[in-house]
Amino acid sequence: MINRLKHLTLAASLMAYGAAQAAGPDMGHVEKQATNWTAIIMFTVFVVATLFITKWAAARTKSAADFYTAGGGITGFQNGLAIAGDYMSAASFLGISAMVMTAGYDGIIYSIGFLVGWPLITFLMAERLRNLGKFTFADVAGYRFQQGPIRAFAASGTLVVVAFYLIAQMVGAGQLIQLLFGLDYIYAVIVVGALMMVYVLFGGMTATTWVQIIKACMLLAGVTFMAIMVLAQYGFSPEALFAKAVEVQTIIAGHAKDAAIASAAAAQAAAATPEAAAKAAEAATKAAAMDPAKTGLAIMGPGGFIKDPISAISFGMALMFGTAGLPHILMRFFTVPDAKEARKSVLWATTWIGYFYILIFIIGFGAITLVLTNPEYADVVKGVLKGGGNMAAVRVAEAVGGNVFFGFISAVAFATILAVVAGLTLSGASAVSHDIYATLVKKGKADSAAELKVSRITTICLGIIAVVLGIAFQKQNIAFMVALAFAIAASANFPVLFMSVLWKDCTTKGAVIGGFLGLISSVGLTVVSPAVWEATLGNPKGSAWFPYSSPALFSMTIGFVGVWLFSVLDRSKQAEAERAAYKAQQVRSETGLGASGASGH
Amino acid sequence: MTDPIVAKIEANPKYHELRRKRNAFGWTLTIFMMVVYYGYIALIAFNKPFLAQPLGTGVTTLGVPLGMGVIVFTIVITAIYVRRANSEFDALTKDILKDSSK
Repeated sequence: MINRLKHLTLAASLMAYGAAQAAGPDMGHVEKQATNWTAIIMFTVFVVATLFITKWAAARTKSAADFYTAGGGITGFQNGLAIAGDYMSAASFLGISAMVMTAGYDGIIYSIGFLVGWPLITFLMAERLRNLGKFTFADVAGYRFQQGPIRAFAASGTLVVVAFYLIAQMVGAGQLIQLLFGLDYIYAVIVVGALMMVYVLFGGMTATTWVQIIKACMLLAGVTFMAIMVLAQYGFSPEALFAKAVEVQTIIAGHAKDAAIASAAAAQAAAATPEAAAKAAEAATKAAAMDPAKTGLAIMGPGGFIKDPISAISFGMALMFGTAGLPHILMRFFTVPDAKEARKSVLWATTWIGYFYILIFIIGFGAITLVLTNPEYADVVKGVLKGGGNMAAVRVAEAVGGNVFFGFISAVAFATILAVVAGLTLSGASAVSHDIYATLVKKGKADSAAELKVSRITTICLGIIAVVLGIAFQKQNIAFMVALAFAIAASANFPVLFMSVLWKDCTTKGAVIGGFLGLISSVGLTVVSPAVWEATLGNPKGSAWFPYSSPALFSMTIGFVGVWLFSVLDRSKQAEAERAAYKAQQVRSETGLGASGASGH
Repeated sequence: MTDPIVAKIEANPKYHELRRKRNAFGWTLTIFMMVVYYGYIALIAFNKPFLAQPLGTGVTTLGVPLGMGVIVFTIVITAIYVRRANSEFDALTKDILKDSSK
């Protein structure tokens, strides 16, 4: 019954829950574990190594260009690893493997959603982004527009997305560390905040990128080892692994059936009223009809993930197009020297992310066969993990590699959050110093040193804000926040970027009004969706008037229509000039004319 | 903006060839990707038993190779584009930029 119930609740909450795993897992109830010294030592080694990198990077970070884009000197392969690192968060590592463990095949459906946006970015955006961009995505979106309004919009879009993403990461980090290291929540959040500030402040983009690259390599090596060890136990036959997993789930479902029959019988014996007896009899019939073999086999096929097609498509759109509007992903396109390297970096990123998801699928099944059957890690009768479901992958690490490897994987999971948080902060700092200070306040006449100073001050502010918000939101259900970040990115940043680059009639007015409409509608619709209105704000069930789990299908439409409508209606002289300037922008975006010097190296 | 180089590129037939080829290629692959992904989602939404049918006598279902197939397809289609763009399109772009600086 428990298993059944688990499947049902999972099905119901999978969309919102799933989205949260893009960055900060919804850890559910978290039990603080015993202090894990192996993991702490491993993590300390990682931190010391990254601090050396930061020292090295600091010596090379002299200008604003070094700070924002590592001077444009990152190769396609390195950048691909860094992008993959931004994407392979602790949450997708721990969350998706946990999802495969409980729901089987649905885990794969979910992870595919994260992958399919990349080809579209490659085909339509990557090269143009690189050719037009300098430091932030506003450079691209505002290429031919009035700088004031478009920068104000881009900075708002960036900061809102970064804020929600950061909160999710910080809360996730605090909970994860409680889980893995046995440290207190508040220390964990402060450690993450302080380290992240050091990386960004002193090492800028160079350090942020290298921390991400190192972490990505460690994570990829770790999951490769785990997947090989899992498969080795079954003679490298996936079929044998799946068969064993089905067998384990069948046994667990059998226990659930026995428990249901026993509790129904007890209820029948104790029934005092005819209604209670009838209810108990009904429960008994239901329990008798349970089919453990069928439940066991169900992990091999799609379950409840795609329930209503509109939520599925809406959620898919948020993932697919949100990726192309996330400021910390977009800024990585400006760290490579040219369009060729930009394309290479997306190809490498796609390859590593796809590879990672395939291995996670194997590891999730390994969790069923190796972890759910081990009384040390799980309640083998009920089929639930001790310490929360998100421990699945780290328990597999312990099962196949012993305590040292367990420590290694725990340290990697923490490093992952740290690296992602550093990237987010850097993109937020660039928005403030480059878009607001250098372009808006100083009208493009700020000198590099002053701009650098502003971005460092912003970094400190963002670091402090992140820690405070992380502590403030500790007890909140933050599952919706990453979903919101993706939806805002897809509904506000992406339409403006896409239309300004690909549509000649787009004007400042259209881009800014449409962008803000997308931003407001995505936030608004999320607030009145079940995940926030009912689950977080505590309104009664069914009172949320927006029934779907993701607003993207609607808010993205609002964003695009807004950009189109207000551009078409714009008959001003300024609009004429902007339309006339499209040709030059197009030629530059398509040929890279004038782009080579953009990174100032 | 009356940048003479831009005007020169605009007038170059090679630039229009590049645009034509790359846009056709990019949008075709985009449509392929959309069809594959939303086709897969539609299968899950409307025909779950199809994906849940076992292959042969084992427990592995048709959904497993199909799901893995979508992942591999995503990587391969990206590789196809990058390969052509980094050779043919980049060579053409180089030509255009060279012509324009004459």
